Amino acid sequence: MAGHSAELDSKTLWGGKESPFQTSYGKLMMWFFLVSDALTFGGLLVAYGFTRHDVSVSGTEGWPIGEETFNSLPFLGHGYPLIYVALMTFILIVSSVTMVLAVEAGHRMDKKGVIKWMIATIIGGFFFLGSQAWEWFHFTHGSEFGKVELSNGSQAIVQGHFGEIEKFTVVKAGTEHKAGEEITEDLMHEFQHAAMAGHLHMHGKDIQIHLEDGSIANVSKKADEHLTLIIKKDAKPENVGKRIEGEEAEKLYYEALTSGVENRVIYGAKFFGDDQFGLNEYGPQQYAQFFYFITGFHGFHVFSGVVINIIILIGVLMGTYHKRGHYEMVEKTGLYWHFVDLVWVFVFTFFYLV
Amino acid sequence: MERDDLIEYSLHAHHDEEQGKKIRKKIWMVTALLTIVTVVEVALGAYIKQSSSAWPVVKWSFIIMTLFKAGYIVMVFMHLGDEKKWMRNVILIPYFLFMLYLIFIALWEAVAVGEAWTTYGGA
Repeated sequence: MAGHSAELDSKTLWGGKESPFQTSYGKLMMWFFLVSDALTFGGLLVAYGFTRHDVSVSGTEGWPIGEETFNSLPFLGHGYPLIYVALMTFILIVSSVTMVLAVEAGHRMDKKGVIKWMIATIIGGFFFLGSQAWEWFHFTHGSEFGKVELSNGSQAIVQGHFGEIEKFTVVKAGTEHKAGEEITEDLMHEFQHAAMAGHLHMHGKDIQIHLEDGSIANVSKKADEHLTLIIKKDAKPENVGKRIEGEEAEKLYYEALTSGVENRVIYGAKFFGDDQFGLNEYGPQQYAQFFYFITGFHGFHVFSGVVINIIILIGVLMGTYHKRGHYEMVEKTGLYWHFVDLVWVFVFTFFYLV
Repeated sequence: MERDDLIEYSLHAHHDEEQGKKIRKKIWMVTALLTIVTVVEVALGAYIKQSSSAWPVVKWSFIIMTLFKAGYIVMVFMHLGDEKKWMRNVILIPYFLFMLYLIFIALWEAVAVGEAWTTYGGA
């Protein structure tokens, strides 16, 4: 009722001219956006947890273990559990720090400082994106050994150092290769392709590869080192997690590799193509799907964060915010950037550690 | 006409060199803290196997360390700790309530769904 309002004094009423929580509109809206985005990521990670706790999915072949799945470094090969993701995490933390230093410089109206730290943040963002590209590439292509189905039907992942393939010596000519010819290019790719298709066979002590053109070649390859099989799926659940080493491991592995049966060995997690769509080296199909979706969605956030940072940096360089008298735009883009770091902290824990 | 009804609180968000030094010191402290926690996490993850009897403890310590890191990122880097108390609550309380509910219901349901499928389904 209109008549009553006059009796209320101005202290009781909100008279305007005061922002809620004494925060500017833009910053408050950024926070609301981040809460909604955090709900999206929370939902994704909970969905991942759902799948993992559902034994009809995870119980059949065991959920992949982070330190076994992510143990490679660029140029150095395998045997470095979690070091690469730790590096990625560190890169993102450092870029978060440079961002908060840019915000701090903004509060002192130190334009040069803001420029310096924002450039550092953008570089950190690019480093992270590059690291993620490598990781996706590696995840898609898989390890050099792949996952094998052994002759007793159990499945095992393989660790160790894969002996380099030196050459293929053609022993039976096909439409493209002549007998006696030595093939020295694209060996690993051909070898893995043949292994998946069941085109590798044992011939005495040699591995023979049946190439696409109908030719047959002997594979010369250096010896593997520390080959270890870790059982992931077995008729007897107590065998899961068992390790087989030494000669026995080698025998079982190459028996499976040269069985001539399709898909006895699987490399990586294919993203496209019906080649072996849905199959992956690491474990249940859903694992790879969640990996691509969650790290991809996060990576997309990092990418948009870098783009927004570049746009704001241009504004800083042009002096737009200096003229305005405050660097709140840097603070707002900073909030988004820290959020990206925050999400990664959770992805890191639930995908790689736990 | 210049509007006088828009109050920019950000205009007051300035500090001098002296305060800046303090803030930067805090930032570097938090950086060191986050790095150390990450190193501890990786070391535990790399050396303690999931088959080990210590694993449940390690797993929960990962979750606690994650929340610890997240707390520092939100409170210091995103300086939610410096905002008004009720702004902090408006952001954190609904989120935590909803997420705790979602985690509880989803994981509980996952176990039930898994049991149902392994008992009656499949084949």
